[in-house]
Order: sequence, then C-alpha cells, then structure tokens
Amino acid sequence: MSRDLASVPAGAGPAGPSAVALTPARLIAIAIAGLALVAVPYMLPNYYVSIATQVLIFAVLAMSIDILAGYTGRTPLGHGAIFGTATYVTIYWSTTLGGSPWTGMLVGVAAATTVAAIFALLAIRTSGVYFLLLTLALGMIVWGVCLRWTSVTGGENGIRGSVRPLFIATHSAFYYLVLTAVAVITFVMWRFVNSPFGLTLRGIKDSESRMRSLGYNVPLHLFIAFTVSGFFAGIAGAIYAMFNSFVSPSTVALTQSVAGLLMAITGGIGTLFGSFVGAAAIISLENFVSSYTERWLSILGLMFVLIMVFAPEGIVGRIRMILARSKG
Amino acid sequence: MDRRRFLTTTALGLAAGASGTFPMPYLARAQAAPIRIGLLAPLTGVVAAGGREMVDGFNMYWEENRSEVAGRKIEVVVEDDGSNPDVSLQKARRLVEQGRVDMLFGNLLANTGLAVANYVKGTGTPYFIPIIAADDLTQRQRIPNVIRVAGYTASQTTRPLADWALKQGYKKIATVSQDYTFGHEQCGGFAQRFTEGGGQIVGQFWHPLNTADFSPYLGQLANAGADAVFAMETGADATRFMQQYANFGLKGRIPLLGAMNMTDQSVIRTMGAEVDGIVSCAHFAEGSDNPVTVDFVKRHTAKYQKMPSLYGFSMYSGAMWVAEALKTIGGKTDDRALLLSTVLKTELTGSPLGRPVKLDSFGNPVYDLYIRKVQRGADGKFWNVPIETFPNYSQFGPYDPAEYMKQPPYSRTFQGIKR
Repeated sequence: MSRDLASVPAGAGPAGPSAVALTPARLIAIAIAGLALVAVPYMLPNYYVSIATQVLIFAVLAMSIDILAGYTGRTPLGHGAIFGTATYVTIYWSTTLGGSPWTGMLVGVAAATTVAAIFALLAIRTSGVYFLLLTLALGMIVWGVCLRWTSVTGGENGIRGSVRPLFIATHSAFYYLVLTAVAVITFVMWRFVNSPFGLTLRGIKDSESRMRSLGYNVPLHLFIAFTVSGFFAGIAGAIYAMFNSFVSPSTVALTQSVAGLLMAITGGIGTLFGSFVGAAAIISLENFVSSYTERWLSILGLMFVLIMVFAPEGIVGRIRMILARSKG
Repeated sequence: MDRRRFLTTTALGLAAGASGTFPMPYLARAQAAPIRIGLLAPLTGVVAAGGREMVDGFNMYWEENRSEVAGRKIEVVVEDDGSNPDVSLQKARRLVEQGRVDMLFGNLLANTGLAVANYVKGTGTPYFIPIIAADDLTQRQRIPNVIRVAGYTASQTTRPLADWALKQGYKKIATVSQDYTFGHEQCGGFAQRFTEGGGQIVGQFWHPLNTADFSPYLGQLANAGADAVFAMETGADATRFMQQYANFGLKGRIPLLGAMNMTDQSVIRTMGAEVDGIVSCAHFAEGSDNPVTVDFVKRHTAKYQKMPSLYGFSMYSGAMWVAEALKTIGGKTDDRALLLSTVLKTELTGSPLGRPVKLDSFGNPVYDLYIRKVQRGADGKFWNVPIETFPNYSQFGPYDPAEYMKQPPYSRTFQGIKR
C-alpha cells in the first residue's frame, strides 16, 4: 500500500528536478519559516516549546525515511529501530557507563549507522512490499533484543537518567540547540538528495533496469542511500535521547517506524521539507486532541484516511501541485 | 461541551498564535484556586480496561466527597498514557508544565510509572503511585516526591504466600511467570522466601507477555514433580492460564497459588469454576467480612455494576490518603515538602480495608496482608475471601531494610534462591 504512495509518478509528483533551484520565492519562504521557528520560544508557553523541539527531532527521522521512500523508491519500516538504537546507546553510555553525553551521542550515531548498514546489506536486494516486510522484520529483531537483554537495556522498564547537560536544561535553550542542529542537518540532507548521487537515486526509483543498463551500480547506490538515511535517523535518535532522558522498547518498536513513515507521508513523500509539516501535524494532534477525547487515535486514523483520499501526495506535495498549476 | 471547548480553544489558539500571544486557560481560572490533580491512566492500549477502573475508583472517592478538601475544590485532569512510557512522559510534562497541576497520580504499567518518576525527580512534583509496584521506586532508587499511597511493592505480597505454602507442607514448588520486571520481582519475593524456609524451587518458567497457548509450559509444570505451582499472570494471560490449567487437568491435581493480579476481580469476574480455590496474597480482599470493606464493595457495585478490582480499590484509597493529608495541612499544596511529609505521616484509618494503614519511611504502605482463596460468593460470583492474616507486613517483610537492599534487584537471573 505504502509502496504505491512512494512511487507516485515523477511527472505528477512533487519531486521534479526543478526543486533544486533557489528561486527568490523559495528563499523568502525559507526565511519566513526560519524566522517563525526562531520565534517559537517567545510566542509559546514553555510546554509548547518542548513539543516544538519534539517536532524538529521527529522531522529529521521523517526526512531520513523520505530519503528512501521518496527519493529511492524503497519504503522502510525499520527506521524506528535505527533511531532507537542511537537513543539506547546514547543513554546507556551516559548513565550506565557514566560517560559524557556528547561522546554518547557520537557513539549512538555510529551504532545506528552500523545497524543501518547491516539492514541495508540484507534489504537492498528486495523492493516493494518485500523490502517493507524485510525492514519490518529487522526492526522487530532490534526491538526483541532491547526487550529481552534485560541486563543491558533494562527490559520493559528501559533506562532512565538525566542526559542533558545543565546549560541546555531549560526548554528554550535546548530548543535553540536542536533548531541549529536540525537546520544544518536539513541543509545537508537537501544537498544530498539534490546532488548527482541523489539524482541517481531518483533514477533508480523511476526505473532500476534503465539505471543498470546506463552503467550505474544500483546495489551500491541503494546501500549508500540506506546507510546515509540510517545515519540521519541515528542523529535524530541521539538528540531524542537528550530530549527524553529515557528510553524503553517502545522507542524502537514498530509503532515508531510507522509514526516516522506516516509523518513523511502526511507531509508529502519526496518533498523532504514536508516532513516538518507531517511531524508537526501528527505530534500536535497527538498532544492536543488526546486531552479532549480518549478517541484521539480514531481521529488520527480519520485524518490519515482523509489525507490519503484528498491529498495522496501529502500536504506539502499538494501545495506544490496547486502552486505549479496556478502558474500555468 | 467537550467539543465546544475544543473548538473555542482551537480557535483562540489559532487567533492568538497569529497575534503573538497564547492563551493559558488554566491560569485564567486561578482566582477560584482549586487543587489540580493530574491523573495519568492507560485509557487506550493493552491495559485500557484496568485504566478505566483506575479512573472510576479515583472519581468515586471525589464524588463521594463532593470534590472538595479543606474548603478547596478538587479538579481532576485525566490524561491517557496510552500504556506507553513515552506517551506517559509526554503527558506528565503536559500536566506539570502546561496544566500546572499540584500533584500527579496514577499510571498502571511499571515502565510508564518509572518514566514519569524519572521526570518528576527533576521537577519535584508530588507523584502518587497506588498501582505502580516496581520494587526499587520505594527501595534502592527512592525518589522523595514519589509515594506509593495505597499501593504495594511487587515482592511484598508474595513473601507471606511462601510462608503460608511452607505451612501447608509444600516442599517443592514450580513457578511460571510473565517474563518482565514485575514478574521477576513477584516470583523473586516468593522464591527467596520459600527456599530460605527450606522449600525447593523445582523449576521456573518464563513466558512472553500475551502468550496464547500455555500447553508447553503446562506440560513441563505437570512433570516438574512439584507439590504446588506458583503463577504470576496479569490481564488476558491470567485468564488464559487459569482456563488452560483447568483444561489440562492440572486443576485439583496440583494446587495453584498466584500473585494477586491473577485472581483480581478485573480477571475473574468474567470467569467460571476454573478459578475456584486458587490461593493468593494481597492487602485487599473484596470477599472480606470486615463491615467497612463490605460497604465499599456494595457502593462500588451499585455505582459501576461490578465489584471493585485492585485498580479501583487502590485509586480510591490513594485519593483518600492524600485527601486526609490535605485536611491536616488545610489544603496548602504550595508547600510541597510539607504536603509530602504530611502524607508520609498520615495514618489512613477510613480506607476500604477497614483497618489503619501507615507508610514506612520509604513511602510504601505497611499492611495486614491477607492470604486469600477464590470462592463462590452468596450471589454465585467468584471473589477473594481472606483465610489467614499476616499482620503489619512491610515491603521488606522479615528482612532488615539496609541489609536487604544490598542484594541485587530481582531479575530473571537473580531470584534470591537459597540452595
């Protein structure tokens, strides 16, 4: 099902090659979005700042999924596990081992990248629904290990401890740190998907056999794309460790992978920035609707159905289409 | 009402978001100065049924007391923790930072409670946990602002059961348990006490949560050569285990002892003769003939058309405990240290237990523990009837707290078994 979404034809889809150019209109849009993000701690009460931080973190996870789902045509369901590996390692390093959280984050990202590389070796030979299921199964293995390896992971109860250094203890200080990091990461990812390498990935998405006959090493490209995507998911996971100061198997569970994918889809697969919109939409729904009704999951479900019916290309994808159409 | 509130707040939020300020509806009502209590309960997810009973029990106390303590109104804000520790943490943040609650109550699953406890360690918010049984929260990793009012630690109530089993002449016991911390702790308390008393654990079987088919375990239990079986099961696993234990023909052949959750009302109220005669140990027994308990069970049944479970009882009594403390200090919630120390000092006399209960210095109640047997009541429904009492039993049981806490926490590999 998701496979179909991922392979919206490039012509109708939002990821046309023209997305590269930095037109004045785009620059203005980016500047406005940037200003709004910087202003968040001044405009919102403390609690919402922590929500905004969470949105930024999960947007990075969704973007890392988008690299595969939107640009390479492989929809993964194991990125929650890669994300959570970094969270586990970071927290384990800084609480159980008593190391510095910064080193912990580096080790965490390295661990996540390694896991992603292993996943990639096993998964890149498949595509479509088989890829989906294989990554799902690989993610479940990580979940199983986290659940059963009680002496290290704390089993069901997880690992707790305060990871965040004092100078970023407040919500707004931490928000700005995350915002800066996410801005850099987003720029790097944007460069990555629009690089010649990224264009090759799009070529693979459109037709693997054509790329192969043109002389591209398709499996190598897929392997690198998966590992790089896992690297970014790992960064998100390491930042999440600092945000949450707590990790349990639910962080590496299937629901996490699904949540990341849904954020990418809601925002618009193959749009990269759509991930921010998707993450904001889902996290705010989760947080605000749930305090009014315990049926918030149904509302979330309904929202997905509506988006799939009326804007299968996602919110940002839809907006881009409308803009493109109005230009003639 | 709810929908309207949602619409107005959303509209206000959007309007204000655009103009650069954000409304804080909770602060606007500060002049009435009600006491705000955040209640975290799993209303969705695997333990949603128990979560519902938690909320019911909690509300029942406040409704009976006109939602008022020491002249201040009580406002309960319920948040769904989704049976998930990350969601719990998020909701706890929301209640504390945005909802400005004076205290937090609740959670059901140990991992959700531990996550919230870790958070309130930093904020200092009083957090009361009538259901969370994780041993270390009132032992090795005690947090001063986390108090287990009307709750129990996992290993507390299985120790007297081991003593009772020894008295019955059981020499060899096999245990079967869900494979997670709560199970490890309950089994550990039992296994340690039983082996120290000269008994022998002839086998320990751990199965994953949500096991549909127990036959591999039942086969091994049948051949373990045990005089009795100790089982630790919760929720749907408990239902399935007891049914299959009977179907396998083990019922009546090998006596079945259980941790209290297995024969809790939330499990046995839908079951039949297969639960008859199972023995467990707990602080609360809905089949007690104590007039106060009888009255509570009657009121609860009238209100919710079912007998109270452990969840309902614990939340009701937990609310009462904190309310009594609030009465003592005139409803002053601003002084958290005073509130916490008063709760610790409060001896609860009016609880449905019908006997006074106090907290030990670690914030865990000291109970008169009942050995309970599941029997058919006058109306034909099964309930837990006390058959023996272990008075004044703390979470450390017969051990010295400092000595006891030197041993590692119970786990799959450490069960305190003395050989």
